[in-house]
Amino acid sequence: MPEYALEAVGLQRTFGSVRAVDDVSFALPEGGSLGIVGESGSGKTTTARIVVGLEQADDGDVLVRGRARDVRGRGRARRLARARQVQMVFQDPYLSLDPRTSVEQVLRETLRLHFPGADHDRRVRELLDQVGLGSRAADARPRQLSGGQRQRVAIARALAVKPAVLVLDEAVAALDVSVQAQILNLLADIRAETRIGYLFITHDLGVVRCVTDDVIVMRQGRVVEAGPTAEVLATPQHPYTRLLLESVPRPGWDPEAIAAARRAL
Amino acid sequence: MRPTQTPHTLDVQGLRITLPGTARPVLDGVDLHVAAGETIALVGESGSGKTLTSRSALNLLPPGAVVEGAVRVRGEDVLTMDTDQLRALRTSAVAMIFQDPRAALNPLRRIGDFLTESVTLTGTMGRADATARAAELLRAVGLNDSVLRKYPGQVSGGMLQRVMIAAALMGDPALLLADEPTTALDVTTQAEVVALLAELRERFGTGLLFVTHDLDLAAAISDRVYVMYAGRIAESGPAEALFARPRHPYTAALLASTPRLEAPQGRLAAIDGQPPDLRQELPGCPFAARCHLATEICARQAPEPQPAPGLPRHQAACHHSDRLEGSPVDA
Repeated sequence: MPEYALEAVGLQRTFGSVRAVDDVSFALPEGGSLGIVGESGSGKTTTARIVVGLEQADDGDVLVRGRARDVRGRGRARRLARARQVQMVFQDPYLSLDPRTSVEQVLRETLRLHFPGADHDRRVRELLDQVGLGSRAADARPRQLSGGQRQRVAIARALAVKPAVLVLDEAVAALDVSVQAQILNLLADIRAETRIGYLFITHDLGVVRCVTDDVIVMRQGRVVEAGPTAEVLATPQHPYTRLLLESVPRPGWDPEAIAAARRAL
Repeated sequence: MRPTQTPHTLDVQGLRITLPGTARPVLDGVDLHVAAGETIALVGESGSGKTLTSRSALNLLPPGAVVEGAVRVRGEDVLTMDTDQLRALRTSAVAMIFQDPRAALNPLRRIGDFLTESVTLTGTMGRADATARAAELLRAVGLNDSVLRKYPGQVSGGMLQRVMIAAALMGDPALLLADEPTTALDVTTQAEVVALLAELRERFGTGLLFVTHDLDLAAAISDRVYVMYAGRIAESGPAEALFARPRHPYTAALLASTPRLEAPQGRLAAIDGQPPDLRQELPGCPFAARCHLATEICARQAPEPQPAPGLPRHQAACHHSDRLEGSPVDA
């Protein structure tokens, strides 16, 4: 069995004169959880989009379970095969769900597309169960659901194809704190049950600490620090990682000093 | 107890707002004040009524709203003002900074025009004076006056939020309403904007009502905090007291469910369920259905705010505050 669910090797991507992703490499073990932390313009989202296949790298490779990901392949079968490897959950489920389609139909449609001919009743119930949605939610349309419920639907849809990797791009950033905690716990449970790997893109270091084993810190397209999450957060080596940590509001917080440190960096 | 000599910058008393088609008021008896030069954080989740409360200081209320209670800015009731008085209020006494500066600026007009339009349109200042003031304020927020000639699309989000702050200060307001002003910004930029707001408050003596969903940010920046839940003030008091020893189970639960750098790894103490729907009547405590301390009285009778023993400024609206005392937050 291959050791890594996902590997990125020397990813490069430039937009005009901007090196959005500059020699980015990382490895996500099977059933592991890797955080990518950075601010706007750090290249974290572009990296995620390359992994998913929404963006193409100028150079570098993405490997899923040890095999190079077929990023350029066209045609229905190859697109579907690609989608079964990596699935993505976005920040705002309201924008990624069809307002006219009920929750159950969303799941059925995905299952029919990927596994035609099979009977999906049991799998739909299983998925709803897995993300903690009841039968009442199954008949609802997106606008009848709360933000947390919508994000559960998006997660269920991503899980439907049993991907090796789930890319979560700021997937809990728009949720209220009490709901965010429910979703983070849900994600932890799903990972324990399914051994799916998470690539967790976020700006929130508290969230990183809570849901990832390893973390890479990106700045201006480059990886400035990488390592086990607990270690990186406890003994940050790079000044930018230290600045990010100091910027997290807490009692006795000194925004003046952070602003000065930011200008100095 | 009404202060007779210097009225509060903002004084909200018993504010109750009912919207058409709802079973209960969206705001239900909100009491809140901001003293001159004070920084107050108003914390709550979506739908708690925090934005509506802050907007009431400008009498910016949704159509069809039925309003009871009083909202006074420097002693004058905002809710009974006519159009001219409201315009004067909105251009000078009270200013607002919104979450997304890009949505609040016209992308086709230069930043300089945006900064000066409110004061020149109302005749408060001549064009030249207004431009001089705008340039001065841009320097105060750490920008260069070349920004005056730029368009919103030519500057970054952090810079644009500074422009919004400068614009808010044009009319020399007594009260600044900041509705999630840093939520759309990066963490390091957030620190800069917060440092700037603190500095400006000292320099201009402006009262600040900071609306946020982030408890830790609220604790870090404010003198006092109000925590809202389902249209009511659940708890209020000095930031340190409220965080060290919350007196309302909702505050305690919010603190426990926040993923933190210092907290142990692993599962979070999530709050089960969801906030109550507006279509649902609430005879008792709005948090009762999600509260681990709730008893039969909570469903029946809405709790009144009560001061903590020996701490008159720290108030919580809970029947069981005493049972919370000393109990571990992550129970």
